[in-house]
Amino acid sequence: MQATNFPMPDLLPALPEIVVLVMACVVLLVEVYSKSRAAGYVLTLLTLLAAAGVTTFTAGPDTAYTFSGMFVDDAMADLLKLMTYLAGIAAVIYSRQYLADRDMFRGEYFALLLFAVLGMMVMISASHFLTLYLGLELLSLALYAMVALQRDSATAVEAAMKYFVLGALASGLLLYGMSMLYGLTGTLELAKMAEALNAGVKSELVLAFGLVFLVAGLGFKLGAAPFHMWVPDVYHGAPTAVTLFIGSAPKLAAFAFAIRLLVDGLQPAHGDWQQMLAVMAVLSLAIGNLAAIMQTNIKRMLAYSTISHMGFLLLGVLTGTFAGYSSALFYVVTYVIMSLGAFGMVLHLSRAGFEAENLDDYRGLNARHPWLAGVMGILMLSMAGLPPFVGFYAKLTILQALVGSGWLWLAVLAVLFSLIGAYYYLRVVKLMYFDTPHAEAMAPAPAGDARLLLSINGLAVLVLGILPQPLMALCAYAMQASLQ
Amino acid sequence: MEFTTVVFYFFAAILLAAGVRVITARNPVHAALALVLAFFTAAGLWMLLEAEFLAITLVLVYVGAVMVLFLFVVMMLDINIERMRQGFWDYLPIAGLVAGLMVVEMVMVLGGERFGLVAPEPKPADYSNTRELGLLLYTEYVYPFEIAAVILLVAIVAAIALTLRRRPGVKWMDPARQVKVTHEGRIRMVNLKPQKPESKTE
Repeated sequence: MQATNFPMPDLLPALPEIVVLVMACVVLLVEVYSKSRAAGYVLTLLTLLAAAGVTTFTAGPDTAYTFSGMFVDDAMADLLKLMTYLAGIAAVIYSRQYLADRDMFRGEYFALLLFAVLGMMVMISASHFLTLYLGLELLSLALYAMVALQRDSATAVEAAMKYFVLGALASGLLLYGMSMLYGLTGTLELAKMAEALNAGVKSELVLAFGLVFLVAGLGFKLGAAPFHMWVPDVYHGAPTAVTLFIGSAPKLAAFAFAIRLLVDGLQPAHGDWQQMLAVMAVLSLAIGNLAAIMQTNIKRMLAYSTISHMGFLLLGVLTGTFAGYSSALFYVVTYVIMSLGAFGMVLHLSRAGFEAENLDDYRGLNARHPWLAGVMGILMLSMAGLPPFVGFYAKLTILQALVGSGWLWLAVLAVLFSLIGAYYYLRVVKLMYFDTPHAEAMAPAPAGDARLLLSINGLAVLVLGILPQPLMALCAYAMQASLQ
Repeated sequence: MEFTTVVFYFFAAILLAAGVRVITARNPVHAALALVLAFFTAAGLWMLLEAEFLAITLVLVYVGAVMVLFLFVVMMLDINIERMRQGFWDYLPIAGLVAGLMVVEMVMVLGGERFGLVAPEPKPADYSNTRELGLLLYTEYVYPFEIAAVILLVAIVAAIALTLRRRPGVKWMDPARQVKVTHEGRIRMVNLKPQKPESKTE
C-alpha cells in the first residue's frame, strides 16, 4: 500500500457553503417532523442570515484557494454571495403569502431554494471547470423542480419541461466546449488554463471551436439572444414566486460564471470571445427591447426586459477592461435589486385565485394604492435608465467603459435600444397614473412584511441612484482585489 | 494493421450503427435495446484505452441499472410514436443541413494532431486503474465529489416533491399507528349493571 500524503483542505473559506448545505438538510428533516408550516420559512431566513454573517466575517481583500485549487474565495465572490443571500431573503419574504395561498408553502420549496443558493455559491466560488459545471447543474436542477412544483398548473409544467430540455442542451454545449479546451490545454483549472493559453496553443482552430460552444452555453444560461427562447415561457409559466427567484439571484451566478470562465480562464483568447459577445449583446438588446413592447403580460414583458438587461451586461464584459468588468458587476447588482422589486410587486398584488400578471391589472393603481404605485413607478423608471434612479448610473458606467475601450458604435446602439425600451417601462407608469381602473378593484394581499420590504426596495433604488458612489466603489474594489 | 486497430474499428462500427438505430427505430423498446448495444461497444472501446474501471462501471450502471429501468418505463407507458414523429420530415432538411455543417466542422477541427496528443505508454499489468481513481477521487477531487452527491440529493428531493401526492378520500393505513395500537384503543370496557329484563307479558 502506498501512503498518500494529502493535506486536509482548508475548510474556512468554504464555511458559508457548509452552513447552507447543512441547513438545507435540516430544513428537509424539520419539515418531516414539525407540525408547523412556518418552520421551514423561519429556518431558511435564519440560514441565509447566518451565511451572510459568516461570509462577512471571512470577507477580505485576500484571495484564498482551497480544495486543490478548485475553490476560490476572493472579494468578488464575497460581494456576489452577499447579494445572493440578500436576493434569497427578499424572495422568501415576498413569496410567503403567495405560496401560502397556493398550497406551496412547504418545506421542499425552501429546501430546494437553499440548494439553488448553494449551487450559485459553488458557481461563484469556482476556479475549476468541474466545479463551475457542477454548481451550474445543482442550481439548474433545483430551479427545474421549483418551476414544476405547482403540479396542477399546465403552464407551470410546460415551462418546467421547456426549461429542462433547453437547460440540458445548454449543459451539453458547455461540456463539449470544456472538453475541447481540456484537450487543447491539458488542464481544467482556470488559472492554469490561462497560463497554457498564454504559452501558445497547438491549434487556434480548436480553441475557436471550443469557445463557440462555451459561449453558446453561457448565452443559454444568461438568457441572451439568440439563446433566449426559454426565458419568456419560463418566466410566464412558472409560479410568480419562482419567477421572482429565477429572475434575480441566478443572474449574479451567471455573471460570476461569465467572469470566471472568460476572464479568469480564457482572458488570453479575449479577441475571439469578444466578437461573439458583441453579436449576442446587440441581438439581446434588439430582441429584448422590441419584443417587450408587444407584450400584454407583465411577467413576459419583464422577461424580455431581462434579455435586454443581459445584453447590457455582456456589453460591459466584452470590453475586456477592468472598468468594463466592474461596471458589469455594478450593473448586475443593481439589476437584481430592481428585478426583485418589480416581481415582488407582481407577487404583492396577486392574491388567492388571482394573478396580477396582465398589464391591464395595473390600470389606475395610483387611485387605489398610491404608495405601491409610487414604488412600482420608481422601479420602472430605474429599469428604463432614467436619472436620478440607480438604473441610470448602471447604464452610464457601462457606456463609459464601452466608449473608453473604443466601442463607440456599440454604445450608440445601446443608447438607441434603451430609448426604445423606455417606452414599455413608461407605459406601465402611464397605466398606473393616467388610466381609470377596471370595475373590479384589486386588493393587495395583506402582507405587512412584504409591503415594508417593497418600500425599502423601492427606496433603495432611489437612494442608490442619488448616492451611487459607495456601491460603485465597492464593486470596483472587489473586481480589483480579485483580478489583480 | 495491428490487432487493436481491428478491434477498434469493429467496436466503432457497431457503436455507430447502434447509435443510428437508437434514433431511427420506430419501436421505443428497440431503440432502448440499441442503446444497450451502444453502451456495450463503448465499454469495449474504453477497455482498449485501458480504462477498465470506467468500462465496467458503464456496463454495470448503465446497462445493468439505468437501461433496465428505462425499458420498464418504456414498456409501461403507451407512447404514441406516430404522434411524436409528426413534423420529423418537415424539419429534416434544415436539421440535415445543420448536422452536415457540424460534421464538416468537426472533421476540420478534430484529430489527434490538432491537440498535440501522443499515445501514452501502456501501463504494466499490475497497474490498478480503480485504485488510482479512488485515490484521486477522495483526495484531490473530494469537493466536486461532494457536490455531485448534493446534486443526487436534490434529484431525490425534486422527484419526491413532484410525484408524492396525498389524494383526499383514499383509504390508506399508517403502519406506525397500526403498530402502536393498544387494547384500550380497540375495545371499550363498559361497566353495565345487571338488569332484569322487563317482562312484557303482564
